[in-house]
Amino acid sequence: MSKLTAAIVGPGNIGTDLLYKLLRSDVVEPRWMIGVDPASEGLRLAADKGLEASHEGVDWLLKQDELPDLLFEATSAYVHREYAPRYAEAGIRAIDLTPAAVGPAVIPPVNGTAHVDAPNVNMITCGGQATIPMVNAVSRVTPVSYAEIVASVSSRSAGPGTRANIDEFTRTTSAGVETIGGAEKGKAIIILNPAEPPMIMRDTIFCAVDPDADTDAISESVHAMERSVQEYVPGYRLLQEPQYDGPSDFTRGMRRVSIFVEVEGAGDYLPPYSGNLDIMTAAAAQVGENIARHLMQKGS
Amino acid sequence: MSDINDLTRTWSGIHGDEPWGTLDLRLTDTCLRDGSHHKRHQFTAQEVEDIVRALDESGIPVIEVTHGDGLGGSSFNYGFSRTPEQELITIAAKTAKRAKIAFLMLPGVGTKDDIRAAQDNGGQICRIATHCTEADVSIQHFGLARELGLETVGFLMMSHTQPPEVLAEQARIMVDAGCQCVYVVDSAGALIMEQTADRVSAVVAEIGSQADVGFHGHENLGLGVANTVIAARAGATQIDGSVRRFGAGAGNTPLEAFIGVCDKLGWTTGIDFLKIVDASEDVIKPAMPEECQLDRMTLMMGYAGVYSSFLKHAGNAAERYGVSGAQILLEAGRRSLIGGQEDQLVDIALKLKAEQEATASV
Repeated sequence: MSKLTAAIVGPGNIGTDLLYKLLRSDVVEPRWMIGVDPASEGLRLAADKGLEASHEGVDWLLKQDELPDLLFEATSAYVHREYAPRYAEAGIRAIDLTPAAVGPAVIPPVNGTAHVDAPNVNMITCGGQATIPMVNAVSRVTPVSYAEIVASVSSRSAGPGTRANIDEFTRTTSAGVETIGGAEKGKAIIILNPAEPPMIMRDTIFCAVDPDADTDAISESVHAMERSVQEYVPGYRLLQEPQYDGPSDFTRGMRRVSIFVEVEGAGDYLPPYSGNLDIMTAAAAQVGENIARHLMQKGS
Repeated sequence: MSDINDLTRTWSGIHGDEPWGTLDLRLTDTCLRDGSHHKRHQFTAQEVEDIVRALDESGIPVIEVTHGDGLGGSSFNYGFSRTPEQELITIAAKTAKRAKIAFLMLPGVGTKDDIRAAQDNGGQICRIATHCTEADVSIQHFGLARELGLETVGFLMMSHTQPPEVLAEQARIMVDAGCQCVYVVDSAGALIMEQTADRVSAVVAEIGSQADVGFHGHENLGLGVANTVIAARAGATQIDGSVRRFGAGAGNTPLEAFIGVCDKLGWTTGIDFLKIVDASEDVIKPAMPEECQLDRMTLMMGYAGVYSSFLKHAGNAAERYGVSGAQILLEAGRRSLIGGQEDQLVDIALKLKAEQEATASV
């Protein structure tokens, strides 16, 4: 079976971890790793694995005779906004791991195959990938008037991009909680915890539902969603059974569903505590594979 | 040995034309922000108006008004505000004749849009808080606040968890981003006097030529006033407290007591001691759900180094799941939870409950 070719732009932690995942793929072949720093460890590793590694940036890539079918953007929202039109012009499908939100958002177990024809898809944020499936697990059973997610990640796994643009995280994640999660209104909170040894990513998902919502059906749906996410992130797990509170004055008269999860990474390139980064690269690899299968089917 | 009255640095007054003349220390009352935790974020518009009027008439130069967890804090995780905080800021700004209205924001909870709204509603001082190792998440917000012409303050929360040199480095990041005063914040009420002095001194040494240094204390080990006096001697010139301790945990440094102490030490604060004592009895006390107390729970916070605003949430979880609130707090300390991770207290309570049930069934 032939594979679609892929370039990874941004040989940092995310790009390098993604490389390890794509090297295992049956349908996507990572062939280029693109950076801007000749001393980059990610570029060196990619070259070791047989990829064509260049520190001359995307401009170099776009000048090649053979262009990739897929391009994974692991730089920053600013870079992606600038280059997205050029990828589209060149006919390259972009899978965007930055919060640029140029294309429609994709969360594999929720709408993983919805935008396989889009020239550009966005992976929202790490916190979004970890929590939006659970918002959806509730909203597919009963209307969710408001959902709030709290993502706690180890300081060590929050890179300079996240730190410099923490507002983009909250904004993009809240929007995803609404559009993909299915909540009428969404809110996102992120905490960077410097504890040593580093804490494994933890997320709490709160949903406001009708006081008479079917809690058994919600819990069942939440467990089913846990299994769906585990298909590509085996270390994704519920810490507790979903909790139901209220309604009371302190919940503004709403019934509150609380869902507690932990995300342990696969430890490909990044250490297992960075579940936040692992779920991002694992989700992006899934989405890339979905697009590849779709294109190959269309082509055959 | 320096004279007891000899502050190493008098307040620079870099913030301009205060009607108070020269002050040795500039005090901020935070009962309408830190006290929001104790009040479970249930302040009414009338309470805020009454408290601001009383504090303003006493001569308090800065009054902080926001949800306890800062702009955007109204949530399931931290508790919903009874009255929208922007409305409370508006009322405070309209009521205060002399005092400046400050507001708090935590990057990751609030956003730049919230800062803009708070300024539109009359807020003048933007206080941006991060955990004391994560100052770089505040850079974009300081940039915006300065661009908007707001006065800026940075909060290094949970300062007891890091040595002085780390705090100094983090303070430097904030000042380079546009922060005009960095506070050493003893969020857990866990600092013990020399530790306070060492931290304030290190921050003064790093940024003192460019910015003020402040201190924000809590009472969980009963050291609010003592820590604040020693912080001022070490060079802190902006000081937080809450009248009647009205704050998270066992409360903040009791501002009226500290003002009395300043009078005795000859430090000018511009605040009338008798008026602030009256305000404490006649206006603040009636707005409090109960006094802030040193009890089993709050002592545990100081002892285990736990973020003060976890108090009510740990109490709720303990009651809901029939486990010990003190045990929840101790476990929060063991897990090194930081400000903002209130959601994890429920996870701890459920874990304790499961352990209890396992033990009972043996």
